[in-house]
Amino acid sequence: MTTDPVAKQPTTTVPTATEPRATEPSATEPSGRHTRGALSFGAEVRRQLGRRRTLWSFVIMLALPVILVAAFALGRTSGPPGGSRLSDLAQQGSANFAIFALAAASDFLLVVLAALFAGDAVPAEASWSTLRYLLIAPVPRARLLASKWAVAIVSLGVAIVVYLGWGLLVGGLAYGWAPFTNPAGGVLGWGELLPRLAIAAAYLFVTLLQVAGIAFVLGVRTDAPLGAVGVAVLVAIVSSILGQIDSLGDLRNGLPLHYIRAWQDLLTPQVDWTAMGHGVLWSVLYTLLTVGLAFAVFRRKDVLS
Amino acid sequence: MYAVRRTSAALLAAVVLALVPGTSAGLAASPVSSTAAGLGADGTPGPAIEETLSVPVGPEPDGTAVALDVTVFRPGGLGQHSEPWSAVLLAHGFGGSKADLVERGRDLASRGYLVLGYSARGFGASGGRIHLNDPAYEIADARALVSLLAARSDVLLDAPGDPHVGVVGASYGGALAIMLGATDPRVDSVVGVVAWNDLADAFFPQFAVVGPRSPLGPAQVDRSVEPGPLKALWASRFFGSALAAAGSPGAGAGAGAGAVTGSGGGAGAVCGRFDPTVCRLFLEATVTGRPSPELLTVLRAHSPRPLLAGLRAPTMLVQGMADSLFGIEQAAATARAIAVQVPRLAIRWIDGGHDGLSSTAAADEQALRDWLADTLRGTTLLAGAGQFSYAAPIPRRRTVAPLFTTPDSPPTATWTAVPLAPLVGASGGGTSDPQRIVTPPGGQPASVTAIPSLGGLGVGAAAYQLAALPGQSAAFDSPPFAQQTAIVGTPRLTLTVTSTGPETVLFLSLWQVTAGQATLPRRLVAPVRVLTTPGQPTSVDVALAPATWTVEAGSSLRVLVTSTDSAYAAPREARVDLVAVAGGELQLPHVDGDLLAAESDLDTESVGVATAIALLLAAFGVLAWRERRRRRLLPDRDDLADVPLAVEHLVKTYADGHRAVGDVSWRAERGQVVGLLGPNGAGKTTTLRMAMGLITPDSGAVYLGGRAVRPGAPALSGVGALVEGPGFLPHLTGRANLHAYWAATGRPIEEARLDEALDVAALGGAVDRPVRSYSHGMRQRLGIAQAMLGLPDLLVLDEPTNGLDPPQIAAMRPILQRYAAAGRTVVVSSHLLAEVEQTCSHVVVMHAGRVVTAGPVADLIDSSDTTVVHLDPAATAETIAAVADRLLSVAGILEVEIVEDEGDSRLVVTAGMPRPDVVRALTEVGADVVGLSSRKHLEEVFLRVIAAAQTAGEPTGSVTERLRQVRAR
Repeated sequence: MTTDPVAKQPTTTVPTATEPRATEPSATEPSGRHTRGALSFGAEVRRQLGRRRTLWSFVIMLALPVILVAAFALGRTSGPPGGSRLSDLAQQGSANFAIFALAAASDFLLVVLAALFAGDAVPAEASWSTLRYLLIAPVPRARLLASKWAVAIVSLGVAIVVYLGWGLLVGGLAYGWAPFTNPAGGVLGWGELLPRLAIAAAYLFVTLLQVAGIAFVLGVRTDAPLGAVGVAVLVAIVSSILGQIDSLGDLRNGLPLHYIRAWQDLLTPQVDWTAMGHGVLWSVLYTLLTVGLAFAVFRRKDVLS
Repeated sequence: MYAVRRTSAALLAAVVLALVPGTSAGLAASPVSSTAAGLGADGTPGPAIEETLSVPVGPEPDGTAVALDVTVFRPGGLGQHSEPWSAVLLAHGFGGSKADLVERGRDLASRGYLVLGYSARGFGASGGRIHLNDPAYEIADARALVSLLAARSDVLLDAPGDPHVGVVGASYGGALAIMLGATDPRVDSVVGVVAWNDLADAFFPQFAVVGPRSPLGPAQVDRSVEPGPLKALWASRFFGSALAAAGSPGAGAGAGAGAVTGSGGGAGAVCGRFDPTVCRLFLEATVTGRPSPELLTVLRAHSPRPLLAGLRAPTMLVQGMADSLFGIEQAAATARAIAVQVPRLAIRWIDGGHDGLSSTAAADEQALRDWLADTLRGTTLLAGAGQFSYAAPIPRRRTVAPLFTTPDSPPTATWTAVPLAPLVGASGGGTSDPQRIVTPPGGQPASVTAIPSLGGLGVGAAAYQLAALPGQSAAFDSPPFAQQTAIVGTPRLTLTVTSTGPETVLFLSLWQVTAGQATLPRRLVAPVRVLTTPGQPTSVDVALAPATWTVEAGSSLRVLVTSTDSAYAAPREARVDLVAVAGGELQLPHVDGDLLAAESDLDTESVGVATAIALLLAAFGVLAWRERRRRRLLPDRDDLADVPLAVEHLVKTYADGHRAVGDVSWRAERGQVVGLLGPNGAGKTTTLRMAMGLITPDSGAVYLGGRAVRPGAPALSGVGALVEGPGFLPHLTGRANLHAYWAATGRPIEEARLDEALDVAALGGAVDRPVRSYSHGMRQRLGIAQAMLGLPDLLVLDEPTNGLDPPQIAAMRPILQRYAAAGRTVVVSSHLLAEVEQTCSHVVVMHAGRVVTAGPVADLIDSSDTTVVHLDPAATAETIAAVADRLLSVAGILEVEIVEDEGDSRLVVTAGMPRPDVVRALTEVGADVVGLSSRKHLEEVFLRVIAAAQTAGEPTGSVTERLRQVRAR
């Protein structure tokens, strides 16, 4: 692309034999001292920040509540008050709006984000050819995966929290700060609602770990950056399609993301924890399975990228 | 009009045939549960043995002989229960036949009962006409069947002629069961499901009550004697079903031949198999909307109510909350009448009925079986002497209603009062202001509140709009409930009505309001008919239709009062009513029941998944332990502690079978610049990747300073590498990339020697631009710089000069040499043999996955016994040949070879003497020497070495061809 403007004869400042070698780290030092801090969390975060895809995913997430407000404003302004679905009551106040926005996003958008953050982590390094250099650094393989996984899921958690908080803020500015009215009955004051929202965010986070895990193991197995993301999203879609086949009966409970809507049980005055309990257990199982598989695969993998 | 009625009735008949007998059979529709107590206890149940009988019974009033179509189900196979058996008499619902009883009959027979199922008079294949459970006919028929059972030898007898028998029936059959139990002392157990107490009260319902709240139970009220409006839709259904049954053979023969007593041909066609008297009275009422006293007498006589004093057998009453025909108030009235005189009374409120199926069908069927076992066999499966169980509304996300139970039946209730206020916006006045309701002339439009048999369909938001027609309804709301409240029984309130007419008919229903949205959880309407003095307020106590409700916190209740209802034939004169709630409050009953533990799948699913997680963690633990053990099996080599890089017997075969590296061993010592040479596909890059721990060798190992190399081994911190091209994060600048790489190593930044590395890269200002804007040469130099970060002891460069221009290549040379001069080691792999010649001190040549030769460069290219002499290009071949001959005769010259290239002739002289002497010999023989060199070209050496390696075991072929046959990568 561009030519090098600098002259071709660099001054050679490579140290000569007079340099004392004792101050330099050598390979004969006791093992492990250097690799403990390899690819720390902060180092990995700095690698991922500034990536366009991170930036754009947050932009889209932040734009969504604003787009929803605009959509409501464009739609019919006067309709029969009250309704039986979350979307009907979304304009009642900040709480209703934020919960509606969360329900709308958690079906697909957050799934895609989870798959993106986790599925892109390792394949991106492979596509930039930096994976082998990280491994040579040396970063132990388990350490590398752990770091990438940690950054991926923390990004997911941050995304959920930011989305929820931003939804509350936008809803409050647009519709006021009324407490939550459940379409099926019941009103929740702010004092009760805020802890429940925190639990809902935590529950969504735990449930989405499944998708992140699937994308992660696919990313480790193949080196296609968006292939892992695509397949993970596909798994989520197929799971929801199979979930509509009633003849499968209770077998559907084992499908990934089957309990993704269970956080809505937190919205009734008396909370029924069974569905959420199931969702957490299944998610933990799938996450352990996929991430464990990822570690096992990566440990032995011949890195040819 | 009759024709229209017939068609619509026929259509309705199809629905009714599916539902009315369906609901009665629906209680047995659930498959036999394998966890039922009876199945295992019966040992090996064989299929029931069925006998069909035709039993003659009393004749019709016109003398026609009647025989009933009966099926007896006998237990088959050997079982715990052997002859003689207890008997069960099954009766079917209206519009059905004994075919509806087959499933339950077989089920009970498999549990050791002898079951008798029959088609009632006027239904199915039985003869006679429908008398609507006339004690003289249908009940007498049933008594005859009990006697039949007594005559059988395989039926258990309590006394001669007194069989041990229970009667089970639903709807029409349920009323028959109760009436039979009341009139026949031989009956030992009665089960009436969705039956009526007073047929007049069922078809002309009146929910205005006199007297205080009954202390006997929440749903028991005293009814005033005024009949209410006709339940028109249900009445027409009754006739629809009878009409559908009109085509059966048993009816036509007797009725068509003789004159049908008392009615013309037209009425006979409509009445079908109904007894003409009953039919005529009923039809009159449907036309006028009012019952004649004669009809009321007939209806009352055909009901259990007048006979209940004689009921002494244990009785189970099952009534449904999705039942606008025979609601819970029917069972409550029966229960109240018999509570003190029966040894055991069980009351069960289910959420099914004539309008829909019960969600707890399996549990209901099991309760029925348990009841029969308790009352006929003396077990104690149902707890308590009496039992009241009821289904609460189905919670969100569930499909089955939770069942509650209390041991005392009829139960006692606690009452709470909630204030009622007219709906805001209706009149704007105070809470005691009366609401104005208009009855439109002709009664149309009529409110649609509860459509029979559509109880299961969710009508949704429009339901309230259909029910609360403006101007024709008044709504009274309670304030929002502070917490979740359960209501069990009959809510009561007092209305004050001022009417313009002599009487008023009002319809009340109970709605639940959430967030401004009203829904009807129980599709039940309570009609009230009050005689009033025009202009004078009249007070009336109203008991709403009994059921169970659950009101969520934040929701409120609404009592809707309408002047019309589409399911009823109300007076059609226009009138205006002013309605207010006296006392402004609604009384709500509550019963404290215990939840019946349902099958909890929570346990199996949670336990299963938790177990799987535990197993998974255990598997991980085992795998991790095995990894740790495997690591210990690869020891370090102390004898190689001084060797920066030692490759020992590496073997690697790729998954596709290609053997990339086969038994490769070489070393790089300190201070050396080792050149790794070989054609493409020789295995150089594979060897280097194995040295970096990127690929695992099949066998053999690589040692860095004596320490074995594994993926992520700490020994790699002393290695800097550039393998198969540089790799950078495109969104970061060059400098940031180096920082990021160093940060990934985890070592302190001072050790990085960043400035020296950047000097090597020689990028100038471009170092602060994003890497995605770099040229290939810039990336390559930055890659070399990245490899030199921290000045590692071992530098491995794979094609470092790839993409660099000659000045840059020339600049790289001293850098590498000085790097090694400081005591470090450099391994360079390259195709530029001229560069390798100049840069490297040692060389390793690989070919086809093997090391062909290794050693110092000087040794390879510099053979001191060979001299290459370039002769004058103008010399002819003979001159050259002559010179060669003369040279050979000189002592010490061993061999002279003539090499002819176009325009450049060379003599390759192999001599045993030093080179200066060879030169002297040349001048002596007069050769025209223009150039002199040792065999310095690495390229030639390289090609020759490769060729030798190839021919060393392979068939012939030209060198170049074979070189071209190296495997493409």
